[in-house]
Amino acid sequence: MSRALRLLPIILLIWILGIFAWRLIQPDDPTIRSQLVNREIPAFDLPPLVPGIAGLNSTGLATGKPRLVNLFASWCVPCVAEAPVLAKLRDRGIEIDGIAIRDTPGAASAFLTRYGNPYSRIGSDRTSRVQLAFGSAGVPETFVIDGKGVMRLQHVGPIYESDIPEILSALEKAR
Amino acid sequence: MRILLIAVALVMASPAFADSDLPPAYWAYRQLPDAKQEAKAKALMEELRCLVCQGQSIADSDAELAGDMRDLVRRRIAAGERPEAIRRWLIERYGEWISYRPTADPVSWPLWAAPIVLLIFGGAMVAGRIRRRRA
Repeated sequence: MSRALRLLPIILLIWILGIFAWRLIQPDDPTIRSQLVNREIPAFDLPPLVPGIAGLNSTGLATGKPRLVNLFASWCVPCVAEAPVLAKLRDRGIEIDGIAIRDTPGAASAFLTRYGNPYSRIGSDRTSRVQLAFGSAGVPETFVIDGKGVMRLQHVGPIYESDIPEILSALEKAR
Repeated sequence: MRILLIAVALVMASPAFADSDLPPAYWAYRQLPDAKQEAKAKALMEELRCLVCQGQSIADSDAELAGDMRDLVRRRIAAGERPEAIRRWLIERYGEWISYRPTADPVSWPLWAAPIVLLIFGGAMVAGRIRRRRA
C-alpha cells in the first residue's frame, strides 16, 4: 500500500474537523427565509377581525399597486416597537394590510387603539394557516406585494426607522 | 454587591415566549379517529422541523406554531392528501431545511454514496492485507 493511501484516513479526519471548526466559527443565523419571494402569493381568504375593518383576501392584494402586508399580533411585543414606523409609512401614502396571527377581536381592538391603526384591512388568521402558506415563521414579518400579487420582499422582524429606505426601494421597484 | 446580583439575575433570566390568548388549534393535541391516518400523520410530523424551536420536530414541540402545523398536517391527511404532497408543499415554502428526511437531489448524493464508497475502500484494504500476508 502506498504511503499517500495510508495517510488518507488522517487527511479525511482533518478535513471533517476543519468543517466542524468552520461551522462553529460562523455566526448562527436562525432567520427563516420564505421561498416564495418573487413568486405569486398563495390564494387565501381571511375574515375580518375587528368591527369596522374589512377582512383580507389574495384577490384584493393584486390591485395594480404595490403594497405592504404586515403579519402582526396584539400579543407580540416587537410589534409594539414597529407600530410608530408603520404609522410613518402610512403617512407617506403607503397602503398597509394586516394579517393578525392567532388574535382575538378584543385584544386586537385594544392594541390598535393604544398603538394606532396603520392598516386598511385586517384578516384574521386564527390557526396561522396563511402565515404557513406565505412561508413565514413568526411575527412581525412584512411582505412587499407588487400590483400583480407577486411577493417581492420579505422583511423578518420589526421594521425600524433604519429599515425604511429598504422598504421604500422595494416598493419603488415593485411599481 | 446588590447591583451585581441584580445584573446577574437579569443575565440569567430567559425571556418569556410570547404566546397568544387563543387555545391550541383543534388537531394540535388530538389524534385522528382513523388509526391508519393518525399513523401516517405522526410519521410525517416526526420528520418536519419546528419553525420556532429549530432542531425539534413538530411532533415534539409545544410551540404554538408547531401546534398549528400539526393541525395542518392532520387536516390534510384526513382530507385524503398524501404525506409526500404535504411535505412538498412545506418545502416549497420553507426549503429542504424543513424536512428531516434527506432528499435524492444531487446535493445529497455524496451522503447516499458515502456508505458504498467506504465499503469498497474497506474491502480493498482487507484484500490488500490478505494478499500481502500470502506473499
